[in-house]
Amino acid sequence: MKLNDAVFGAVFLALSLLVLWSIQSYPRIPGQNIGPAAFPGVVAAILAVCSVLLIAQGVRKHDGAAWFERGAWTRESRQLIGFAITIAGLLFYVLASEKLGFLITGIVMLVSLMLALRVKPGMALLVSVVSTLVIHIAFYKGLRVPLPWGFVPVLY
Amino acid sequence: MTWPVISQAFALVFDPYVLWVILASSLFGLFVGAVPGLTATMATALLVPVTFFIPPVPAVAAIVSCTAMAIFAGDIPGALLRIPGTPASAAYTDEAYAMTKKGQAELALGAGLVFSAIGGLFGTAVLIAFAPVLAEVALKFSSFEYFWLVVLGLSGAVFIGASSKLKAVIALMLGLLVSAVGLDNPGAHPRFTFGNNELMGGVSLIPVMVGMFAVSEILRFVTSVHPPVTFAAEKIGNVFAGMWGLTKKYKWQLVRGSAIGTAIGIQPGAGADIAAWITYASSKRFSKEPEKFGTGHVEGIVESGAANNSALAGAWVPALVFGIPGDSITAIAIGVLYLKNMNPGPTLFINNPQNVYAIFLVFILANIIMVPLGWMAIKVAKNVLRAPQKLLMPVILLFCAVGSFAINNTVFGVLLILIFGLFAFVLEENGFPTAPAILGVVLGGMLEENFVTSMIKSDGNPLAFFTRPIAGGLAAATALILFWPLLARAWRSARARR
Repeated sequence: MKLNDAVFGAVFLALSLLVLWSIQSYPRIPGQNIGPAAFPGVVAAILAVCSVLLIAQGVRKHDGAAWFERGAWTRESRQLIGFAITIAGLLFYVLASEKLGFLITGIVMLVSLMLALRVKPGMALLVSVVSTLVIHIAFYKGLRVPLPWGFVPVLY
Repeated sequence: MTWPVISQAFALVFDPYVLWVILASSLFGLFVGAVPGLTATMATALLVPVTFFIPPVPAVAAIVSCTAMAIFAGDIPGALLRIPGTPASAAYTDEAYAMTKKGQAELALGAGLVFSAIGGLFGTAVLIAFAPVLAEVALKFSSFEYFWLVVLGLSGAVFIGASSKLKAVIALMLGLLVSAVGLDNPGAHPRFTFGNNELMGGVSLIPVMVGMFAVSEILRFVTSVHPPVTFAAEKIGNVFAGMWGLTKKYKWQLVRGSAIGTAIGIQPGAGADIAAWITYASSKRFSKEPEKFGTGHVEGIVESGAANNSALAGAWVPALVFGIPGDSITAIAIGVLYLKNMNPGPTLFINNPQNVYAIFLVFILANIIMVPLGWMAIKVAKNVLRAPQKLLMPVILLFCAVGSFAINNTVFGVLLILIFGLFAFVLEENGFPTAPAILGVVLGGMLEENFVTSMIKSDGNPLAFFTRPIAGGLAAATALILFWPLLARAWRSARARR
């Protein structure tokens, strides 16, 4: 996924302007000429200048080339699915691990990503179950991290 | 330095638990380094959540030994598959593979192993000799000097080895903005927290690192097209045969590689990868037989193999003395030092010298056990290289999720690794380097603190940043790095005219 430099320049310019706008409301420290707004202000100002330069560079390079180049991997359904499942897996963990518990969340995440990477189903299930259990025991028992059980009964 | 301190350091390191941690993290580092696609930086990032739970000395020992092994182990798939295991081996991968095709796999791998260890020990010697001396000097530093040191480190990251300087500056600024999140600022005003309590304390470093260096690698793996693995060598003979001869023949190359590597490591912002590229080039340039380079000639491997490991030790000099990382690995290591209340800086040398000497000892130990462990790793290389990445990568992803959950026991950390993983992936796809971004995140707090303290001390007069002698010198050094490309061009055109 390649975007023209000008697109990135525009995004970062917007970001820096947003920062510069939001620091206006920051409080001043009485008796000092420098406060919480100074550092992000300087950084955002430099970012804004660089973004403008990047836009200029992107427009100069543009010259007939595409604004958006998909890159080889976005044309392959296999790679695209792998990418989507990786992102979805982490989101699933964020949303579901409290309710479903670590074991089920972990196994679902691993099996789906392995299937997306074309691992044979039996193998995927076996490796997922074993490695989820190993990680759980290591962190829950070994490092005493309170990983949630969810509705699974507490096994150990 | 006093003997009681050293004997204390020995007691700290030669503790069965610490030795066990060193062995385990060495094996982990060898494995991660040898599997193509898993980098030394990723190995370090994956270790961080684990180090969260162990005492300071073994935590640092784990990182030191893991990275030393990973940098060497990157040579193995380079020589056998023509895929560098870590970016630090990329400079001489073609050379090593050409040697393997000529039936000299054991010579290429042996040179990688033996000279990695020697280079690592050289860098360690420099670290031991210079760090305490520099720490004495650093005691006299005030916020002005520290401000310039941070700026110098950050400019080094941007202007040395980055292909697009503009994009490197942007990556750095994005990292600095991330560091500005939270309450930790003059006036303790909640900046960019969006009313989220989790962001009040700032963006935690561990999820940022795990996201940028592990999750982004996984995304890169699932989106790449993988050629089937083919081995160039069927049998690997005795890797130690002929090493003594090489040492005698290429002693100057070995010294030069180690010295340049250490120097590049010390220079903030450039690390093992760049050290390997530069010394491979210097080796070719000064060689008596430059025409042999690229055809399977061991000379360049001797020099740059030593350089990348010596750079690793060199990078710890500014990291320990000033708290300024030499590369992204030490940036992660500094994060760990802070977490473990071993805040880097000259006071570490005064208040806890036994810890500093323990780190030195771990460096020596790691580079010595590298030889037998590396020999073992080469023996089982074929099995490691066949490690099914399709099974490995999903497990690593789950490990990243659990590791970042474990820091505050909330899923917010998992959300952060997703955001920063995607962020680093998209940026790298588009030619933005990630090292300046991570340095910005790590050093942003220090930069702001010293900037604000200095401004308050000088009553807002910016000239004060240049009037103290050391501060002025550091400012000049920064200007030199910033304007080096211009100066070099002027010099070249002046010479051409003559």
